[in-house]
Amino acid sequence: MDIRPIFAALRKHRIPAGLIVLEIALACAVLCNAVFMIGQRIGEMHVPNAIDEAGIVDITVQGTDPKLAAADVPRNLAALREIPGVTAVAAVNIVPLSQSGWNSNVATGPGELLKKNTPNVAQYLFSRGGPEALGMRLLRGRFFDDAEYADSQLGVSYLPGGHVALVTQSLAERLWPGQSALGKQAWIGDDNHYTVVGVVADILRPDRNGEGAAGFHWAIFLPLSPASVLNTYIVRSNPGDRGRVLRDGIRKLEALSPNAVVKGQTFTEVRDKFFADTRSMVGMLALVCVVMLAVTAFGIVGLTSFWVGQRRRQIGIRRALGATRGHIMRYFQTENFLLTAAGVLLGMALAFGINVYLMQHYELQRMPMYYLPAGAIALWLLGQLAVIGPARRAAAVPPVVATRSG
Amino acid sequence: MFGYYFHLAVRSLGRNRVLTALMVLALGLGIGACITTLTVLKLLSGDPIPQKSARLFHPEVDPLPAQGYVPGQSKPPWGGLMPYADAMNLLHAGKAERQAVMALTQAKVEPRQLGQKPFFSDGVMTTAAFFQMFDAPFKYGSGWSEGDGESRARVAVIADFLNDKLYAGRNSVGETIRINDHDYRIVGVLKPWSPQPRFYAVGLGGHSYGNGDAVYLPLQSARADGMDPQNVSCWEAADIKHLETSPCVFVYVWVELADAADAGAYETFLSNYAQQQIATGRFHRPEVALPDVMRFMRDAQVVPDDVRLQAGLAFGFLLICVVNTVGLLLAKCLRRSREIGVRRALGATRRTIFAQFMVESALIGLAGGVLGLVFAELGLWAIRHQPAQYAALARLDLAMFAFTFVVAVLASLLAGVLPAWRACMLTPAPQLKAS
Repeated sequence: MDIRPIFAALRKHRIPAGLIVLEIALACAVLCNAVFMIGQRIGEMHVPNAIDEAGIVDITVQGTDPKLAAADVPRNLAALREIPGVTAVAAVNIVPLSQSGWNSNVATGPGELLKKNTPNVAQYLFSRGGPEALGMRLLRGRFFDDAEYADSQLGVSYLPGGHVALVTQSLAERLWPGQSALGKQAWIGDDNHYTVVGVVADILRPDRNGEGAAGFHWAIFLPLSPASVLNTYIVRSNPGDRGRVLRDGIRKLEALSPNAVVKGQTFTEVRDKFFADTRSMVGMLALVCVVMLAVTAFGIVGLTSFWVGQRRRQIGIRRALGATRGHIMRYFQTENFLLTAAGVLLGMALAFGINVYLMQHYELQRMPMYYLPAGAIALWLLGQLAVIGPARRAAAVPPVVATRSG
Repeated sequence: MFGYYFHLAVRSLGRNRVLTALMVLALGLGIGACITTLTVLKLLSGDPIPQKSARLFHPEVDPLPAQGYVPGQSKPPWGGLMPYADAMNLLHAGKAERQAVMALTQAKVEPRQLGQKPFFSDGVMTTAAFFQMFDAPFKYGSGWSEGDGESRARVAVIADFLNDKLYAGRNSVGETIRINDHDYRIVGVLKPWSPQPRFYAVGLGGHSYGNGDAVYLPLQSARADGMDPQNVSCWEAADIKHLETSPCVFVYVWVELADAADAGAYETFLSNYAQQQIATGRFHRPEVALPDVMRFMRDAQVVPDDVRLQAGLAFGFLLICVVNTVGLLLAKCLRRSREIGVRRALGATRRTIFAQFMVESALIGLAGGVLGLVFAELGLWAIRHQPAQYAALARLDLAMFAFTFVVAVLASLLAGVLPAWRACMLTPAPQLKAS
């Protein structure tokens, strides 16, 4: 099809044509960036967390006398273990994604903590049975033995006195890249160091604590004998039982510590709470994208319709001179294609620019290049869809219009 | 004359109902999105204590060791948390009009009534000048004295909502309240008071938005009773049971100066203090900072990036809607060439035509504004049902209400300029000839 007449016609309507181009460019730029952000957020929500998320509940007991913890913790654990359907229990200091931090910088040698850029690491402490209760997955080495739990008391700086640790795969890779972490020493401060006895599949930390996406899996696990800091109980059961297990567990612990404040939730609730903001951001971005595309499409429909109305006479003349309905349809479709092409070209440049700006001012990564053509194709399709209606109406203009005036 | 344009505009808009509806809808959506996100942005970046935010300052020092120090590049760490010793030194130096030290603790409150469960709420551990410095108003009683803190007196000030809950709103001054398993005597009850955000403790833990802190205790008394701060950071292995003497930070200092212009003098004092501490070997880094309330909140990134991004996105969307409206208005005006030609031929000036089209745009803008308001209320309703701490506060205020219409009319006038210009530049003759 000859596109020269289209250019000639567009030249006569520079301003409306320019507006369509501008609108498509803006829509393309916003679309690319918004979809990119949506993808990032959804990716964040699906980072792996190698614990039994569907099977565990956590119950926190606060406001008890810390001096009695050595007796309270085993008593509470025993009570929870009796609940029918419970497969494992343990007391921990913090829970993944719970947003209450317990962090230390971990180094590979003494005196390196402040000198080197050491990773800030979430520090999980748990009583005997911790790996089973959480459902941790061992990749190399071993979990702790009973003696290692029993020998580990909490020191004045809230670090366990034991000498063994588990680390996540990501932390092992961060501290000892390319080497086996087993047998290595992890230093917390200049006085406490722990031998890595096992490497576990990646578990999330309670919060990112400023370490960004890379550090989300940096966690170290230390064994501890019953202590007041182990005030959260992890109770594992079949996913189907956990609602009842949670209710029973809270009731039992409340009965055992009447002065305490007992709160419990399923891990699914913990996760939902952690990602609630992320989820609403995704929802908002998606909503804006959809509405924006709809507005753009209606804009194209509206503008093209008027165009068609204005050119009824020309269309009639063309029809009278032998143009088929298909010719008229294709004329408007091609015109739309050309306008969208100009729009997406401008839009891709704009999208790239916005991404660069966002990278400088916000914690945003570089948008992969394939988003640009993908956005372009989306708008091309949108444009073609939007133009079908008006183009049909144009094609329906009878040749006899040519003989009428006005 | 305006009445006549108005009449013409209504008729013209009525002639193309679908198109008019489309324009109003698009504009309304764009405006609704903008007003929703702007309301949240304004809520989060608002001044929590406008009457004196310029006179309240947050002194910060850097207690970290010499290792890893890069002169000129290091800044006071941990958002300005301070070691206890330095906070007390600044408090006792008394160089400002008022000064207070504070930390947050989780306060377990045990109701006296049988059958009521104990509960946790945010407790502020602070020093005597806190209430006057932050203009916290008292309903009953008053705060405590510096002496009460020094002598570790078990006295407490409680919030209005806690007084309602525990004492049914009566004057509870003199009663005892059991906090973290210790009996405290109530000396004051605050009127409802909750700066949004609770700027003085942003970064200390707890909730930055909501109905405020529940109990206020003298720092020294609460610490003597074993209450732990919510946020502690240590740069060396430290004795957590004796935070006051450990290499740890866990308190904020806030000072009120008589005049914002005194900040320079106080910063010099702070600088000299750091130098003194370097001379005694306690400090190794001379950097200090003295942000005021608004600066402090900016540094603490009180406004989440996502909220800014959302506002940016909403404006991008509004821009698209405006461009869309320009296009549709233009199409409409081109279609009315003949009508314009007739009017011009009958003596209407260019100015008249221009005014007529602008009135039409403004009318669309007003309608878009009304619709935008509906969308904004809808958006804010949705935000109020989000889990964010500030969610419940997201409401349209009068200023935003007015601003909605300013944005709407400005956007539509902006959208109308080009079509109106094209319309008034049409030469009447060819239009008439065509018919």
